[in-house]
Amino acid sequence: MRTSKGARAGQYAALLAYLVFLAFPFLWLISVAFKPPRELAGLHPTWIPENPTLDNFRQAFDEQPLLHAGLNSLVAALGAAVIAVLVATPAAYVMARRRGRFAKAATGWVVVSQAFPFVLLIIPLFLVLKNLGLINSVAGLVMVYVVWSLPFALWMLAGYVRAVPRELEEAAAVDGAGPLRTLVSVTAPLLAPGIVATALFAFVTAWNEFFFALVLLKTPEKQTLPVVLTHFIGAEGVADLGPLAAAAFLATLPSLVVFALVQRRITGGMLAGAVKS
Amino acid sequence: MTPVTESRRPARRAPGPDAPRGGPDHGAWFLVLPALVPILVLSVGPLLYGVLLAFTDAQSGRTEPTRWIGALNFQDLLHDTLFWESFRIGLVWAVGVTVPQFLLALGLALLLNQNLRLRWLARALAIIPWAMPEVVVGIMWRLVYNADAGILNETLRDLGLGDGHDWLSGLGTALPAVVVVGVWAGLPQTTVALLAGLQNTPRELHEAAAVDGAGAWRRFCTVTWPALRPVALAITALNVIWNFNSFALVYVLTNGGPGGRTRLPMLFAYEEAFRYGQFGYAAAMGCVMVAVISILLAVFLAGRLRGGDKGGDGA
Repeated sequence: MRTSKGARAGQYAALLAYLVFLAFPFLWLISVAFKPPRELAGLHPTWIPENPTLDNFRQAFDEQPLLHAGLNSLVAALGAAVIAVLVATPAAYVMARRRGRFAKAATGWVVVSQAFPFVLLIIPLFLVLKNLGLINSVAGLVMVYVVWSLPFALWMLAGYVRAVPRELEEAAAVDGAGPLRTLVSVTAPLLAPGIVATALFAFVTAWNEFFFALVLLKTPEKQTLPVVLTHFIGAEGVADLGPLAAAAFLATLPSLVVFALVQRRITGGMLAGAVKS
Repeated sequence: MTPVTESRRPARRAPGPDAPRGGPDHGAWFLVLPALVPILVLSVGPLLYGVLLAFTDAQSGRTEPTRWIGALNFQDLLHDTLFWESFRIGLVWAVGVTVPQFLLALGLALLLNQNLRLRWLARALAIIPWAMPEVVVGIMWRLVYNADAGILNETLRDLGLGDGHDWLSGLGTALPAVVVVGVWAGLPQTTVALLAGLQNTPRELHEAAAVDGAGAWRRFCTVTWPALRPVALAITALNVIWNFNSFALVYVLTNGGPGGRTRLPMLFAYEEAFRYGQFGYAAAMGCVMVAVISILLAVFLAGRLRGGDKGGDGA
């Protein structure tokens, strides 16, 4: 199939338009983050700061407990990612390998949960956690995040399990290994890349999450980064733009780095080796 | 062979009523339990509890016991014009975001499926909206839309297109401005889903159609679209649900303002529950939202699927 020159040019023009649309807001955020107050106040803002400064970052840390909030976010996201993967891997294994009632129910739940109305979930969840004394605690938030990331984790991991050849497991079973044993010593090592990818996804999801954190965390010393970021915006919607941009930029970096890692990861390699040998 | 068979535990042989092929079931339950318990306690349970709450007068911080009030919440809701206005805005928002999102994502996916240079750059940039916290997306676009220091107004001034607006606080511009952000934020997911669907379309068919002299548009209609249909339907249905349930973006951008013009139903229910403490009433709102969206989606999907059968594309 050959494409005419005119069509090619059109394609490149369209692609360029997409690139600009996707990138410009983020570039503007970076630009504002490094601008001194005088440039932000004046008319005719420029793309490149005339006198770039780090003052906004210093001021952002002075105004809000960013470091502490970052730590809270890190604990919540790491906890959610590790627990979600530990809990989901065995269940995903059963989901992928059995055709029983559970597998069907699990698949159905994964699909339905995508349509979960958070409004309907958050009020009872708030009451349940309140009774358990887990309101305004990062531990309670971790529990919510684990359950929240389970559908996706189950779905992703079940896919990875299906990619592991059954023959390997059958060989282990013939050697007398039970299901848990087979999972731990045969399947799990081959799943390692998939488990890491799933954990990283769960991490980013929890790191970015806002709604549950807003409802469940009440005091500033417990709050996660997204909630603290909204404190930069005052009651009347007026914000100190420089520090706001600086803090938002910093809060995004971990997500971008982790997400880029997952995107680039190649899954096939380890598996191909196992089948060949 | 014989010693190996003997070493198997007897349980392995006994097929239970719904025992799948191979493997005992007691082991499977034990593996499933760690995921099942949290799901039941923190997801299925609260969901049912939430439905029950809708039929009570539950309020935050009240000392009297909560009472059953039957369908009173729903009756009140029926006459709550503010809620229905918010519901209408939610539908406008969900459709207004989902449709352009789909068209733009389809265009981008078709481009990325071509052998173009700079494809890697588009893929890399697409990560930005996807990976970013929604709160940061909101903050970022506030900076873009800012009346004085924003790049949008500055660009318009440079192009001689007027003095610009206060986009997010203008009564007429707030909702469209917020919709653009919604489209931007969801573009990558939709693109990736469609791209995966595109890469499953049979290449040979494409080539055969090209040999037969079919133009690009015909090839799209007869080869690409039938193969892409199921993915397109699934991602559109999901997008409608996700967009309708969206909260953080608009909370940060406008917090429902100006004058409620961007108050999505999620924001409305959040305020009802956690600002005014009306748990029962807010739960009833949640029920109505779920019911209406489910019905709309069922109608949409049923119609689409039937259309596919009639077309006889073999989809």
